[in-house]
Amino acid sequence: MSAMTRPVLNKKQVEMNYLLHEAPREKHFITGAQAMSEAVKRANVDMAIAYPITPQSEVMHLVGDVFAQGHIKEYYRAEEELGTMSAIAGASRAGVRLFTATSGPGLIRGLEAIASWPGHRVPAVLGILTRVINAPLSIQPDNLEMAYMLYSGAVMLHAENQQDTFDFTLAAFAIAEKVDVYIPVAVATEGFFVTHAKGYVNMMSEDLVYKEFDPVASPVPAMDNETPPARIQRDAPVQKSNFMSYLIHSVWQQEIWDSNSRAMKYIYEYLGGPIEVQNPGSDIMILASGCAAAQAREAHRYAQEEGLSVGFVKVKAIRPFPKNEIREALKSAKKVIVPEHNIVGWLCTEVKAAIPNGGIVLEGPRVFGGMTLPVELIMFEIYEALGIEHNIKL
Amino acid sequence: MSKIVEVGPAGYMPQSAPSMGVELAPEGSALLYGNTVTPEEAMRDAAIALLTRKNPTIFPGPQVLWDWKEDVAEKSAAILDLASEIPNCKIIPMPDYRPKYPKIDVKAEINPNHPNLTILDNRIEACIFVGVHCHYANLTLRMIRAGTNCYTVALCAYMGHEEAMASIRDLHASDIAKFKEIVIEERNKLGIKWETTLPPENPSLPKEDNSTLSPADYGEYRSLIMTKKGEHITDSE
Repeated sequence: MSAMTRPVLNKKQVEMNYLLHEAPREKHFITGAQAMSEAVKRANVDMAIAYPITPQSEVMHLVGDVFAQGHIKEYYRAEEELGTMSAIAGASRAGVRLFTATSGPGLIRGLEAIASWPGHRVPAVLGILTRVINAPLSIQPDNLEMAYMLYSGAVMLHAENQQDTFDFTLAAFAIAEKVDVYIPVAVATEGFFVTHAKGYVNMMSEDLVYKEFDPVASPVPAMDNETPPARIQRDAPVQKSNFMSYLIHSVWQQEIWDSNSRAMKYIYEYLGGPIEVQNPGSDIMILASGCAAAQAREAHRYAQEEGLSVGFVKVKAIRPFPKNEIREALKSAKKVIVPEHNIVGWLCTEVKAAIPNGGIVLEGPRVFGGMTLPVELIMFEIYEALGIEHNIKL
Repeated sequence: MSKIVEVGPAGYMPQSAPSMGVELAPEGSALLYGNTVTPEEAMRDAAIALLTRKNPTIFPGPQVLWDWKEDVAEKSAAILDLASEIPNCKIIPMPDYRPKYPKIDVKAEINPNHPNLTILDNRIEACIFVGVHCHYANLTLRMIRAGTNCYTVALCAYMGHEEAMASIRDLHASDIAKFKEIVIEERNKLGIKWETTLPPENPSLPKEDNSTLSPADYGEYRSLIMTKKGEHITDSE
């Protein structure tokens, strides 16, 4: 569909704080995929590029509808994911707001380009709708792919449910575009469990939209061919074999991780902080991210009903990893249970490294390959950790 | 005040200032040695460094070298005024960010990929970064702190720079004018006599003859010049 036939919308541009914290909201019952596309609708995105893969295809199909309705200026299907992610990097040089999404194998295919985004200062938003990546082929949810993203330099948020998916995606644009951050923000959530399931989402009017992207407010030259600083080559290769070339690359890498850590203050500003804590000081703490946090929350509720000393930590920000906040939340814990939707336990590893007494962190429970995470699996670990007799048979 | 970020050389591979816990100053404040202070405090310390350390130099970046945005000309003029009040202050531009191979002219420019060469060759012990894009300013300031004994001042239009010894954020021409006044006050307090004179000619630059200019004379900046109809520039980088 050409831009000529799409409606021209007249929306009110507002600041992100108004959108997230002040604008009146209405409750809707929608899927996670709808929640992500509804966030994109309100984010004043200039361009979306993607290649379809289940379960992401639901999101990008809906983003295509959003484009057809006139909320996005440009949208196309790239040749595959490496092409998609490379095109995002190219479009970013033109100074526009960008969105893409992918899943599992698609993320791995595009990872070469994605890993170059932070160094190239690409402030794009990447939706990760998680899916099994290892053989045999499967389309089912499993967030092992997030482990591959941990050292890319990107900011990573992990959404628990449809509401998080909406809010995190919207906030991601504002975080990515801060001059002191200006690196990509990935918003991950579990495929199917969140993307294809419905939940209540409070959304502001679609007549409101995040203020237009300002390509000049950037830590690198804007590619505006009408103004001279734009003609300066960015990101020149520094491959010469001499000390200064090594040094520029090393300080460049430091700068990316510094930018990543600077995102933390905006995670506080827009999302109320990188973690949510209930019952701090409990003997047992359940710590989880993404949709495992929903099951952990439920296990926490069961434990409260039974009067057990159990607390709950939900980790919203995976990068920058909230080491200090987690250390504080777990300082009185005797055991920490980390339910996850992957076999390697990447969150468990992160938590162990973040606290001085990593030995209190239990390995699991973990499910993978698309298996669900029953609350009983977490309750089993709670009873075992507290030495309480139980009759849970798994 | 404890100094988190100090004048270098900090060593082979120093920790970045943010990883040492330095956070950018909030609006209305400035950074001095990694601590949040008032802009005036930072400016006074920076002024004393520029007046007392050897070979003070201003490094203007692309954002103030070209008149590309509404407020830039005013800001650039204010920088020249500031330079004129710092005794024997040099201005060495950072016109672009490509590494200069095979060899940079260290008397004529500074480059973020190897800033040490310009700093060390000119024995610069105090400098001001202004109009350099934040990403490149951060890289350069850290490399200078790593390998030189240069006191760095960052005048930034956005949020400032943790790596600089003194960092002023949200910079406008009026802030530069205020900095100039503080330089004059501190200069008088230190009893330094100074009358502004025109700078000496840069010996490394050949005499210019503008009467016979062609696009080729603009070297790497020739793409800024509109080519004539039918003209074809054959040599490329």
